[in-house]
Amino acid sequence: MNFPVLSVITFTPLVAALIMLLMPAHRKNEVRAVALAAATFALILAAWAYFTYDQSVAGYQFTEKYDWLPALGISLYFGVDGISAPLVLLTGVVMFTGVLISWGDDDKHVMAGIQDRPREFFAFLFILATGVFGVFVSLDLFMLFFFYEIAVFPMYLLIVIWGWNVTREYAAMKLTLYLFMGSVVSLVGVLAMYFMQYQTTGVLTFNMLEMETSGFPALFQIVWFLPVFLGFAVLGGIWPFHNWSPDGHVAAPTAVSMFHAGVLMKLGAFAALRVGIMLLPEGAKYWQWLVMLFAAVAVVYGAYIAFVQMDFKYMVGFSSVSHMGLVMLGFSTLNREGLLGSGLQMFSHGVMTALFFAVVGMIYDRAHTRQIPELGGMSKVMPYATVGFIIGGLVSMGMPLFSGFIAEFPIFLGVWREQWLVAVIASVSIVITAAYIMRNIRQVFFGEIPENLKGHVGDVTFLDKVAITTLCFFMIIIGLFPRFMAPMVETGVNNILRLLGGF
Amino acid sequence: MNFISTHLLSLILFFPALAAVMMLFLPKDENKLFRWYAFGASLVPFILSLVAWFQFKSNLPGFQFEETYVWYEAIGSSMHLGVDGLSLTMVLLTTLLTPLAILASFSISEKIKAYMMLFLFLEMGMLGVFLSLDLLIFFVFWEVGLVPMYFLINQWGSANRNYASLKFMIYTMGGSLGLLLGIQLLGVLFGTYDLVALYQNWTSLEPDSILLGMTVQTVKTVAFWAFVVAFAIKVPVWPFHTWLPDAHTEAPTAGSMILAGVLLKLGAYGFLRLILPLYPFEAKYFAGALAFLATAAIVFGAFASYAQTDFKRLVAYSSVNHMGFVVLGIAAAGLASGTPDATIALNGAILQMFNHGLSAAGMFFLVGVIYERTHTRNLEEFGGLFPLVPVYGGILIFTSMASLGLPGLNGFVSEFLVVRGSWPILPMYTAISMLGLLFTGAYILKGIMKVLHGPMNEHWAHGEHKLTEINTREILVMAPLMVLILWIGIYPAWILDVINKAVSMLF
Repeated sequence: MNFPVLSVITFTPLVAALIMLLMPAHRKNEVRAVALAAATFALILAAWAYFTYDQSVAGYQFTEKYDWLPALGISLYFGVDGISAPLVLLTGVVMFTGVLISWGDDDKHVMAGIQDRPREFFAFLFILATGVFGVFVSLDLFMLFFFYEIAVFPMYLLIVIWGWNVTREYAAMKLTLYLFMGSVVSLVGVLAMYFMQYQTTGVLTFNMLEMETSGFPALFQIVWFLPVFLGFAVLGGIWPFHNWSPDGHVAAPTAVSMFHAGVLMKLGAFAALRVGIMLLPEGAKYWQWLVMLFAAVAVVYGAYIAFVQMDFKYMVGFSSVSHMGLVMLGFSTLNREGLLGSGLQMFSHGVMTALFFAVVGMIYDRAHTRQIPELGGMSKVMPYATVGFIIGGLVSMGMPLFSGFIAEFPIFLGVWREQWLVAVIASVSIVITAAYIMRNIRQVFFGEIPENLKGHVGDVTFLDKVAITTLCFFMIIIGLFPRFMAPMVETGVNNILRLLGGF
Repeated sequence: MNFISTHLLSLILFFPALAAVMMLFLPKDENKLFRWYAFGASLVPFILSLVAWFQFKSNLPGFQFEETYVWYEAIGSSMHLGVDGLSLTMVLLTTLLTPLAILASFSISEKIKAYMMLFLFLEMGMLGVFLSLDLLIFFVFWEVGLVPMYFLINQWGSANRNYASLKFMIYTMGGSLGLLLGIQLLGVLFGTYDLVALYQNWTSLEPDSILLGMTVQTVKTVAFWAFVVAFAIKVPVWPFHTWLPDAHTEAPTAGSMILAGVLLKLGAYGFLRLILPLYPFEAKYFAGALAFLATAAIVFGAFASYAQTDFKRLVAYSSVNHMGFVVLGIAAAGLASGTPDATIALNGAILQMFNHGLSAAGMFFLVGVIYERTHTRNLEEFGGLFPLVPVYGGILIFTSMASLGLPGLNGFVSEFLVVRGSWPILPMYTAISMLGLLFTGAYILKGIMKVLHGPMNEHWAHGEHKLTEINTREILVMAPLMVLILWIGIYPAWILDVINKAVSMLF
């Protein structure tokens, strides 16, 4: 019996959440310590799974299967492949760094991190994390959907209680309704698949691997691809259903924004890939042009909207729309390079945007404003965060030697193969991104500190620095040595290509 | 020793970056240490590239000191390094100018650690472009050089630095977008980025086959222009030059030295390394257009330079003027590739790249020297300074004469070769560009006159504003440049030999 690493990773946050809820509310530091310990443990296991994944064998590894509701063909069936293993690692990284930056600062002037009810905050955050891990490792369609809902719901509470008090009710409502709408649509598709599978094979099962092998009729796939793919892709922030995401990002507290943009959007993209493209490959081929169109619009339009934002956090939020558009663009190519790039981009964008939101949060906690024109000179008081943001910015611009380039380059290669015009148009976003990132770096971090901020804006804490370093580490290591992740993702891509019929 | 000789190029390439990272661990606020450390770190690649220069066998065809490492297998790109006579010359120029630029920045007093680190990263970016034999790696380093330069201008530049740095960044990124798309196109078509393989595959494509729904001819023309625009912005060729005066003027002195000395050469190097070998047909077909732009750069660059009242802007526009000759030589070589005239023109163009690197870096440094003392670059505020600073004056005149093309100094040799080579090929454009050369003389003399001669501006003669003579450190920066300027002027064979063999084997 092998060590059930995936279920341990998945349920560690849940157990930690329960432990925290049993602790007295005023023991804030002990609660935080439990959260940090659990996050570290999950990160170590995720890294262990990532590095022991055997790339020469490929396929689903660390599989575990427990019956859950055999009568309906539902089982707790876990396993990771080359696409999901990096995402599990990503979730571990974001969880770890999210806890670090929420630790807070006891300085009464700063009020950084989470000071209000940290016990409940971390508990909800960790329930969410369980949902995220669960989606990435599930090989059972029902379980995937089950964990998907678990991941979406705590978001509402996290935003509405700990969010930015100006828009939190509105944003939480909008986000939850949007996402539920999307998931309901895809649930109908999931059920359709379930019954179709029963009709064709006579077996009641949610097992995705079996669904892959038996395959659905072409017409069925074409009809159901769009609801399933788009339903999940709503969480991936696909245009024109991206509208909830910047509002949600902005209203959420820092760690939640990190989770949200860093991991939850990947959840949508991953589910769209796993269920939409991998189970309905014929549908994917049929609707390829539409997905490509949506994605290309998201890439350019998202970048442009980010360019005109005056609120720092909105800018980062819209930049996520643009970058997730690239992920979708890679999906839409349905070829090796494009999918490889998307797999890498999901990880790269995850760490990058987590870093962005972390730094934005650090600044907001201290300056109490996010209006870009009202900020300035932050490099003088928080040099470490400045360097972190610049590295993140370079990743965002797709600068070589950082992970963004490694991820975006293959996506564009894939698009060239399908439709060169889209590659040319989408590439415009690179220049727009460079423009808004550079403008922001200059305006927020350099120049003079405004008079009203002088004195009370201080440096970030030691834990913040650890978080920044961790996130930067992954962006640089992938940029310098694509071998760190590309061959792994490639094994997953080969599996998808097999389902697409050697497309 | 064996390790050094088998990894020579990667040592040259990565030593600066490694040294920059190690710099993080130096103690805080040890300004003197940072300066000497960075200077020492930049000397190592220089010594290594001298080793490469003397071990290089110029009569062998192909690339030498080749190294290949796995980099991005999934898309078929590897870390392939190698040099030929062309790139080795540029490597030598880069590794020579970087220590001098660092020595020139000893007067920087703010955020020295970050400054020196950026400089070392910049050196890596520039060297990478010259050393890489893989198109993707080429692009990687091409872009990497931008970032340190942006911050050098943005953080240590003069008054209008925000505007200039953003303009520089967006301009060059916009230009490299075409390059990126072109590289992607080649990558999609061939699945490899290795230059040696691409030289074969790309040029041997059947002209009537269909790629991505277009004829090969269309694809090649589009890719050709995408590459040309990227490199033309970097060179810069008129009308893509407008970022240059701003960036050069606002950059700190050492930044301008590197910008003019090396970064502009990246564009010209791109023409030589990629455009001429990959697009021989297009280069021939569009040579007239390129020659027109080059001539425009020469003539307008000279006129614009003459019209400046800012000393640094005057020198900046002179780069447009001088780099025009490089492009003219390249255009001529494209039109008549393979002929002896083309070889002469290319020899001239490459030597001109090296020479302009020396003289432009020297000129920018000299402008910096006087700016540091007077805090003005306005030519109207100088005048008659020669008696106050005779040594500086002598050095300035010497360097200006190299830039002007005085026989006996290096500029003459290369400009003569370009003109000699392109005269039989493009007589019209060459003749017009000679007019530009006349104005080169005019603006240089104007610069010298406004600064050194005429009635002395008494403001600088007495009291707290009294102008001080150029100091030993500053002379040490200029000395190697002046020695090379004179040496190439009197006896160019040592370097032309390497260039010539490379040119005759390559094209």
